[in-house]
Amino acid sequence: MISQVFILSSKGDHLIYKDFRGEATTDAINVFYQMVTALPGDQPPVVMTREGLHFIHIRQGGLYCVATTTTNASPFTIIEFLNRLAALIKDYCGSLSEKSVRMNFALIYEMLDEMLDYGYIQTTSTDILKNFIQTEAVSSKPFSLFDLSNVGLFGAETQQSRVTPSASASRPIMSSRGDQVRKNEIFVDVVERLTVVIGANGVLMKVDIQGEIKVKCYLPTCSEMRIGLNEEFSVGKSQQRGYGAAVRVDECNFHQAVRLDEFDSYRILKICPSQGEQTVMQYQLCDDLPSAPPFQLFPTVERDKSDRLLIYLKLRCDLPPKSMSQELSSPDQRAELQPSSKAVHWEISRFPGGAQLSALFKLEVPGLSAASLLEVGPVSMSFELPKHTCTGLQIRFLRLTPVQPNPSPRWVRYVTHSDSYTIRI
Amino acid sequence: MPYLGSEETVKELKRALSNPNVQSDRLRYRNVILRVIRFMTQGLDMSPLFMEMVKAGASVDIVQKKLVYLYMCTYAKLKPDLTLLAINTLRKDCADPNPMVRGLALRNMCNLRMPGITEYIQQPVLTGLRDKASYVRRVAVLGCAKMRNLQPDAEIDGTVVNELYGLLRDPDPVVMVNCLRALEEILKAEGGVVINKPIAHHLLNRLKDLDAWGQSETLGFLLRYRPRDDTELFDILNLLDGHLQGGDSAVTAATLRLFLQLASGHPTVQADALVRARGPLLATCTASSRELRFTGLCHVQRVLRSLPAQFSPDYKKFFCSYSEPGYIKFRKMEILVELVNDDNVVLVLEELQAYCTDVSPELAQAAIFAVGRIGRTYSERGLAILTGLLGLRQEHITSAVVQTFRDLVWLCPQSTACVCQAIAGCEEIIQDSDGKQALIWLLGMHGDQISGAPYILEDYIDSLKTELSTLVKLELLTAMTRLFLSRPAETQDMLGRLLHFCIEEETDMCVRDRALFYHRLLRCGVEETRQVLGGPKSDPSLGLIAGRPEEPINNWAAHFNTLEPVSSSGSVVAGIGCDGAALPTLGGSDGTTHSAANCTLAVQEASEDLCSGLPEEATSFNLTLGPALTPEAFEKLWLELETFQTVSLPCSEPSSQPETLQAALQLVQIQALAFSRPGSVPWKAYLYAHGSETIILAELLCGPGSDEDRLLVTVKQEPRDEKVQRGFLSVLETVLQTLVSDAT
Repeated sequence: MISQVFILSSKGDHLIYKDFRGEATTDAINVFYQMVTALPGDQPPVVMTREGLHFIHIRQGGLYCVATTTTNASPFTIIEFLNRLAALIKDYCGSLSEKSVRMNFALIYEMLDEMLDYGYIQTTSTDILKNFIQTEAVSSKPFSLFDLSNVGLFGAETQQSRVTPSASASRPIMSSRGDQVRKNEIFVDVVERLTVVIGANGVLMKVDIQGEIKVKCYLPTCSEMRIGLNEEFSVGKSQQRGYGAAVRVDECNFHQAVRLDEFDSYRILKICPSQGEQTVMQYQLCDDLPSAPPFQLFPTVERDKSDRLLIYLKLRCDLPPKSMSQELSSPDQRAELQPSSKAVHWEISRFPGGAQLSALFKLEVPGLSAASLLEVGPVSMSFELPKHTCTGLQIRFLRLTPVQPNPSPRWVRYVTHSDSYTIRI
Repeated sequence: MPYLGSEETVKELKRALSNPNVQSDRLRYRNVILRVIRFMTQGLDMSPLFMEMVKAGASVDIVQKKLVYLYMCTYAKLKPDLTLLAINTLRKDCADPNPMVRGLALRNMCNLRMPGITEYIQQPVLTGLRDKASYVRRVAVLGCAKMRNLQPDAEIDGTVVNELYGLLRDPDPVVMVNCLRALEEILKAEGGVVINKPIAHHLLNRLKDLDAWGQSETLGFLLRYRPRDDTELFDILNLLDGHLQGGDSAVTAATLRLFLQLASGHPTVQADALVRARGPLLATCTASSRELRFTGLCHVQRVLRSLPAQFSPDYKKFFCSYSEPGYIKFRKMEILVELVNDDNVVLVLEELQAYCTDVSPELAQAAIFAVGRIGRTYSERGLAILTGLLGLRQEHITSAVVQTFRDLVWLCPQSTACVCQAIAGCEEIIQDSDGKQALIWLLGMHGDQISGAPYILEDYIDSLKTELSTLVKLELLTAMTRLFLSRPAETQDMLGRLLHFCIEEETDMCVRDRALFYHRLLRCGVEETRQVLGGPKSDPSLGLIAGRPEEPINNWAAHFNTLEPVSSSGSVVAGIGCDGAALPTLGGSDGTTHSAANCTLAVQEASEDLCSGLPEEATSFNLTLGPALTPEAFEKLWLELETFQTVSLPCSEPSSQPETLQAALQLVQIQALAFSRPGSVPWKAYLYAHGSETIILAELLCGPGSDEDRLLVTVKQEPRDEKVQRGFLSVLETVLQTLVSDAT
């Protein structure tokens, strides 16, 4: 049971405030903002309590989405609900940012009014909500470079997002009711998050892949969609790998609405996608990567005579050369020392498969001792690999029934993100 | 919120709203209303526009209607009379042919939280319960709960309750869940909605029709159902089984909680459910939403309390990624410490070692403490890492390592030799008081094995004047006295200097009292001192029990999937860092040996010291604080009793603040009732104390008619007991003198 829902900008501006039960005062917003900003860095901020009022919040897109409650409610439910709220805002307004929330606050109020009644969750399904929501989304579309650098592939929260976004995938699902013909698109994304730890000796210590198949649907009606995965796809550790390019995951689970009657024999997922974004399937794989990790690093750390620290890094991309479309035209790289985080930041904008890059960093360290060498490292890498999945999962086909009158564009995209790619030195 | 020009804004908006040109243009009208709502969100008071907004609500534009309703619900409380104007429009909308309009009007009418609204909404709500559109029924059902909460004193309407119970069989799943919610609120006083066998089975069968939110909420209501026998229980568990491994974390958590609760008499079933929920729980721990990840981790921690082996094979899932925020990393480290076993200890320690040199000092220290915790079981491996870290000669690392050493030595005596070798040279690096305390404790406790111990401590004594931390000083006193017992020749001179400084020059009462205490103790003789200070050198309760006993699942099952695991976990750093301090044996068995002895403990000791220093007969009585006396009772008693004795004590008026005085007196069990302000003439204070079944009242007087530096004490007592009264006076005198000398 939720008492209030509010959305704050990172500066503490009130963007949305709705009180459902009248149990707490408006003052709660300010109390929350004070608490969350005064919190020491190591304290868990997710659930905070003040005078019997629990504040549960998530941070997305630089916004605080907060729910308050007076009961000892399920944290999973409330956090899932807030995540869902954020996803719906993304669906309806095109993106989740301070700007889009400011521009569409009437729509968001309307949405909240239907989603929650007296603090009880009524529905969060786009199919039902779209019948009730009357306000049209205002999308902040005038093209700007700033937007380009900010918007990643939809659904993928990344720190880097340097891939040119598909602007059409970050638009409101219901905008411009007039020209629906043009926009009957459907996007299927396979997004994998890669967590890797490579030891100092080059041994792979930990690999963990969290994958998702997401569908973003702009079709007004779609009775059924069939998504075909690799036929060699197998689940679980026990199954033997065949000769071919078998694709194996440890565990996978599906959205409630997915029908799996053809999954066992043909690896086909059947779903009736509702408008907006949904995660059809999630899967995990750990420890047993079918191919080598995408990047290898060969570090050398030395002290030279004048007590400078020499860090020599050789970075190699182990993907097949054609897996990246861009050619290494001019490797425009940058490197800078960030004293606040005691780190050297080396930025490489493009890195083709099979290529190798080296860098030598010379660091003046006051009071360098032999033991200081132990403190160097680890190297953490952030990257995004478009058109590549580490598990090898592919989508064989996408079939929509009934056949749409105007052939609707269907897009399948693959991307691998580094959630945490750490190489020890 | 103070906002400049808000009155201007209100005026301008008012003008715009009543402008017929604006009213005739749909888009312009809506835009003005949007601006009102925007200002309302920002916290400005928009209530003066109520009249105009009510008018705007009588529109056919549904978006505009919604905005106006939002406005009205916010300000209805402030403008109840004007709200009544809107009721008619709303009631008319409740009969609209469009179910969406009906639902909207009904919902918002019930949301107007103002007194007296119930008489207007009752009829529409009751009609709404029988509406043919499920959308309206959903709203009406919750409307019943809202109505109930608007007049909590009224009697519960039995027909409504019956109707709601009937609506549990409504074909619409959301109506059903809403009925549960509404009944729960209406029947709150009677313990909420009743879940009997037919209802429970009905709910279980409907579960698959609900969406994830409805499922998790219904599962929560089912918690209160108790199956009649085991057959029924296992039938229910079979029905629920599928939900345990569904894709939604909220449903999984709610199902698991219900499983644990239902099977509370069958521990094996509980354990089995936890094993099967392992996958989904782990999935939440690696979810892309950080907050969900954190919640998952907190719950995994609960599970680990009972089944420490449950997640051991998945230990790699709990390795930190560098991009995670600190609070998740801390939690992961705690989990790693708990699931460590013979198979994974090498890799877990290797991972933790990598965190020890993290850029964030807090994280690095937490990692070091975590290594120390593992070192209690795998001491050789832990010690190797910790000693290696000393080589880095970093301030925060060395400090944390030495603190870990202290706990290790206390808990694993076999590591003493290694630690004693390693800590040489640390004193130059450690700057913070926690680290210093730990080092000093080690030097005092195991000084016989560290050749340089007296000289390191001597350095600390020499720099005592610049030392700010009381705790370090207290620790130094204890360590020095203890070291004196094992190496008297080298330390005699230093100890003398230390005690002299602390007694003569130190301004902190805790430190001085402690110094006085050791001084007297030493005067009693070496053997006595050894008895007091020479406690065990390692945790005496340790020995056979290795590792923590597994906690029964039922201990935490009730709190699973509530906010408790997520919020009670307070400060994570403290959880790892002060772990040694949290051990009951440290404080309990031998107060003075505990390095982190806090200030109050020290003062208590010092006060015990004061009492023990009193004349022989004084020790045979005990003063107690309670029962408390009201000022009236005190006055009555004071007037009734005759003066027992008037003495003049050789001390002046204590110049300290009344709070300090009161605290000091309370330490020796004397309750202060009233004080004059400091510095006023005459200065008076009224005190009382209970002791040996008598009550003593006392008045302190300082001022005209008495000497400047003498305090006149008038004592009254009932029944009279000379011994107690003498004891009381001598205690009082000691306290006052201490306070006076403290102030000068």
